[in-house]
Amino acid sequence: MNMEELEERFSAKKFWKELAKGIILTNPVFVLVLGLCPTLAVTTSVNNALGMGAGVIFVLLGSNFIISIIRKITPGMVRIPVFIVVIASFVTILSLVFEAYLPPLYESLGIYLPLIVVNCIILGRAEVFASKNPIIYSIADGLGAGLGFTIALIIISFLREVLGTGSLVIFGKQLFSIPVISTSPLSIFIMPPGAFIIIALLMALFRLIGVLKNE
Amino acid sequence: MNNLLTIFLGLVLINNFILAKFLGLCPFFGVSKKLSNAVSMGAAVTLVMLIASIATGIIYNYILVPYNVQFMNIIIYILVIAALVQIVEIVIKRTNIMLYNALGIYLPLITTNCAVLGITLINAQNNYSLLQSIVSALGGGLGFTLMLVIMSAIREKNELADTPKSMKGLPIAFIIASLLSLAFMGFNGLL
Repeated sequence: MNMEELEERFSAKKFWKELAKGIILTNPVFVLVLGLCPTLAVTTSVNNALGMGAGVIFVLLGSNFIISIIRKITPGMVRIPVFIVVIASFVTILSLVFEAYLPPLYESLGIYLPLIVVNCIILGRAEVFASKNPIIYSIADGLGAGLGFTIALIIISFLREVLGTGSLVIFGKQLFSIPVISTSPLSIFIMPPGAFIIIALLMALFRLIGVLKNE
Repeated sequence: MNNLLTIFLGLVLINNFILAKFLGLCPFFGVSKKLSNAVSMGAAVTLVMLIASIATGIIYNYILVPYNVQFMNIIIYILVIAALVQIVEIVIKRTNIMLYNALGIYLPLITTNCAVLGITLINAQNNYSLLQSIVSALGGGLGFTLMLVIMSAIREKNELADTPKSMKGLPIAFIIASLLSLAFMGFNGLL
């Protein structure tokens, strides 16, 4: 960190503002409708959603941190390729770590783990925020967007897993099971059509709340 | 030959990129409002998928595997795709200005389209040979174009329907996608 950064006084208020913004006001999934592919593909169980969310938070924090550090020496013309290489490096680290330490999760995330590279949320935060702001706020921004994404994944996967299997299993432990649904589960909700229905209804719900507020 | 047909049909109908694998959803919802745009976008994606599969197929089979550095594939693939999209854009602009005007605005978007990186990763994951990679790219691209065309035709009609206010636009499009996905699950027993 250079002197200029230190001179710019740290304000805790701004830090929390940047963090909270990503979670609610500009929630990447429900409000901005970014990063749809992983949102629909890995939300078959809460376990997968947590793994994906943790991965995206790691990559967002890492890439926002590095991009913010190098923002003054990156020529504007080649900034996008530079960002992509930084992001791809962190995704490679992530996928090697998952493969070594969490093989079951690595298997179930499949190609969606390397596809974090082309998740628009990460490149979006790099371009809109980290390439223009000091390190500390870039970290807050990355954390906020990552948490917003993770929360959205958890909501969708919770609905899908509970409706589709009738029970909730996290880290191999069964938390609860609903009597009627678990004997005859609505398995469509774990299959692709269920993902589309759930996200359509959630999006309509967000819109409805917005419409009611405006009127 | 049988094997190639299985890969092709599998990607067009059963493991369709959009309905079963959720790849390339941004252009699917963004560009599927008009039929003519949908065809152009589908063609552009198929073209880039094909060229990217050939290039990454060569790199994977003749560079990464012999030197045992498959873990580098994410970084290498994304750079190859970004460079290819630029080259395709320049070549089309120089040779066929009509095609460029039709595809132009979609080409830069394709770099960050997960369908393109997705097909190259699927090829690598399944250890496909160069020929198999080409067939899978064609299948994936055709499946993508097919969905885009069907979706845009339905959405053109749907514009006139009386949809509830909060369901207008994206939410109703997701419901349509869900019904399409349900219909295409009927092909599951085909292979």
